[in-house]
Amino acid sequence: MNWSLSPDWPGNFWLRLIIIAVVIIAYVMSSVIMFIWMERRVIARFQSRLGPNRAGPFGLLQAFADTVKILTKEDIIPTLADKLLFWIAPAIAFVPTLMIMAVIPLMNGLQLADLNVGVLYIAAVSAIASIGVFLSGMAGNNKYSLVGAIREIAQLISFEIPMVLAIAGLVIASGSMSVSGIIEAQNIPFILVQPLGFMIFIVAILAEINRTPFDLVEADSELTCGFNTEYSGMKFALLYLTEYSEAVVGSALIATFFLGGWRGPLLPGILWFAIKMFASFMFILWLRGTLPRLRIDQSMRLAWKGLLPLAFVNLFIIGLKSVFLPDLSLWISVPAYILISLILVMLWAMFMRKERQSFGG
Amino acid sequence: MALATEQFILNIGPLHPSTHGVFRMRVTLDGEIIQDVEPVFGYLHRGLEKLCEKHTYKQNIPLTDRLDYVSAINNNWPYVAAVEKLAGIQVPQRAEFMRVIMGELQRIASHLLAVGSLMNDMGIFYTAFMYMFREREKIIDLLEMVTGQRLLYNYMRFGGVSMDFPTEFLPALADFLKIMPGYLDEYDTMLADNEILLSRTKGVGVLSAAAAIDASTSGPMLRGSGVKWDLRKDSPYSVYDRFEFDVPVGQNGDCYDRYRVRMEEMRQSLRIIHQAVEQLPAGSEKTSVPLRLRPAKGEVYTQIEAPRGILGCYLVSDGTEKPYRCHFRAPALINLTVLRNLLIGQKLADAIIIFGSIDISMGEVDR
Repeated sequence: MNWSLSPDWPGNFWLRLIIIAVVIIAYVMSSVIMFIWMERRVIARFQSRLGPNRAGPFGLLQAFADTVKILTKEDIIPTLADKLLFWIAPAIAFVPTLMIMAVIPLMNGLQLADLNVGVLYIAAVSAIASIGVFLSGMAGNNKYSLVGAIREIAQLISFEIPMVLAIAGLVIASGSMSVSGIIEAQNIPFILVQPLGFMIFIVAILAEINRTPFDLVEADSELTCGFNTEYSGMKFALLYLTEYSEAVVGSALIATFFLGGWRGPLLPGILWFAIKMFASFMFILWLRGTLPRLRIDQSMRLAWKGLLPLAFVNLFIIGLKSVFLPDLSLWISVPAYILISLILVMLWAMFMRKERQSFGG
Repeated sequence: MALATEQFILNIGPLHPSTHGVFRMRVTLDGEIIQDVEPVFGYLHRGLEKLCEKHTYKQNIPLTDRLDYVSAINNNWPYVAAVEKLAGIQVPQRAEFMRVIMGELQRIASHLLAVGSLMNDMGIFYTAFMYMFREREKIIDLLEMVTGQRLLYNYMRFGGVSMDFPTEFLPALADFLKIMPGYLDEYDTMLADNEILLSRTKGVGVLSAAAAIDASTSGPMLRGSGVKWDLRKDSPYSVYDRFEFDVPVGQNGDCYDRYRVRMEEMRQSLRIIHQAVEQLPAGSEKTSVPLRLRPAKGEVYTQIEAPRGILGCYLVSDGTEKPYRCHFRAPALINLTVLRNLLIGQKLADAIIIFGSIDISMGEVDR
């Protein structure tokens, strides 16, 4: 069975554009609802609680109930806030997350735009979302939010670089900069071909989407939710939505770049994509349920002293391999590279531990 | 061209998720680094010590519950002991053992809450907290079995305790003693070697032994700094001299040591309860005390080792049925005095953890 969408279906260019755009938005939104439900239920199970179980079967309708509650709240704008920025910041934060989804194929051919520089586009657009978060933190004229906003920008600058370098490794490995090209090249998922890149990417993406252990921007126990402290009502709902659609996009990127995207046997591509996406999110939730938060200087140290050198080494190794041994059998290259990655990560962990001890720990 | 910069004043609290009550820190920040701290407290002041002067001796026992509401039983103890000393009341042996058992159970519950909320401050999204609450719940069930209350137990009386153990209590306690070490191990596997936890707590908020003694801190705060001082060992009150237990101490006096000391103390408390249950004598749980108690004129000071440190009670009697003056030495307040020295130069995120590792209870600080 061939589950694919032909590139010229249904004939009219604009019609295709509109249909696919609607499908993508619907997909992201329904994923967001599922993610919110999953987050609350799964975290509850981690904590030996039940989680929401009143609204609908298994509490599935909890997200809807919460939405109704949030939307009926009074929409407060602080007197000293920068009103224009306060209004548009949630939108600036939200729109780019949807824009990233435009280049990610949900299944074979179900992609809004198959850009030949899709990877570059993703790196560029994902930075805009952080600016939205920064603006929303700055506009509210709240000191907690301001600290959160400053942390957001510091984190964005630091983790964007290893993330892009990790993707660059994929570009070399696949020989393509378009997202569909990268998926096309994954006859075996890149998590095996690029294990080191995967580790770097997943840490960087956690920081990009402000998830534990890099949730310094929100840091509910320090900054009382950081950038969104002053928001309420619809605008808060939009920021909340942003947070989860960032999580959707983050897990979608992990699924696309490292787990083979829509590719998989038997089931239709869109289902495989969803399975991989939810599995990635499950991993993120697992971390959230277990790990404490890093301090800002520790997170910066991790990015600049840890991830960045590792990302360069990763790029160097994959470059060497594709120049000198382009035809090396996967049976040799995959175990060898996994071994190299493990050794590198061990060395890196030892280095970071030494580093911590030198800081008095 | 240098940008004009100015210091940034942030009010943490009085209503903030990590101030454990209504405590306020007026923090002067340079970026993320703390330049100055001004602790502000008194938001929970209820005039407890003055209230004590208006009530009879017996009526004051429930008030002492409300000092440190997280460890109510331990708070009854110094007051009750002070009155007993003043009026020369003998406490039956069985009652002393029961006080020890209940007090140590309460200590475990209090330390569980302290460590759990410290982990919460650190950003483990309620996981450790909920795990520790699971066990705290078991302890509260046990205490409820005996006293009928779940938070403020009002358990001790002059010359004994309010109620004898019900028949189902000792088997339930034996079950608890059997499972609790496993849970403590579970916390340790989860937390003790966590790299992020180590990097967040090691070397953060270091309180040297000398500074700890100078500020007259006590409890896990003092022992975390490496000073082996535990009233239960060094000046045994009640029947603590009959039990065998260790006093855990830290080496560096940082947040990690304070956390480890609390974890170890829970194990030692379990040991004490074990021995106390084995040695529990038969007999009456209280002696009869005159209803209108009028202790002789005089003053008395008693102190015990409460979960947060040395809790003392200073009592002056003028021969009437109401105390002339009643003062409590609140360990949380005195431990809090080192806060400013610990915070200056640290990061904002560390402020929350250091504050959490002191483990205060605002009811006791403000009284």
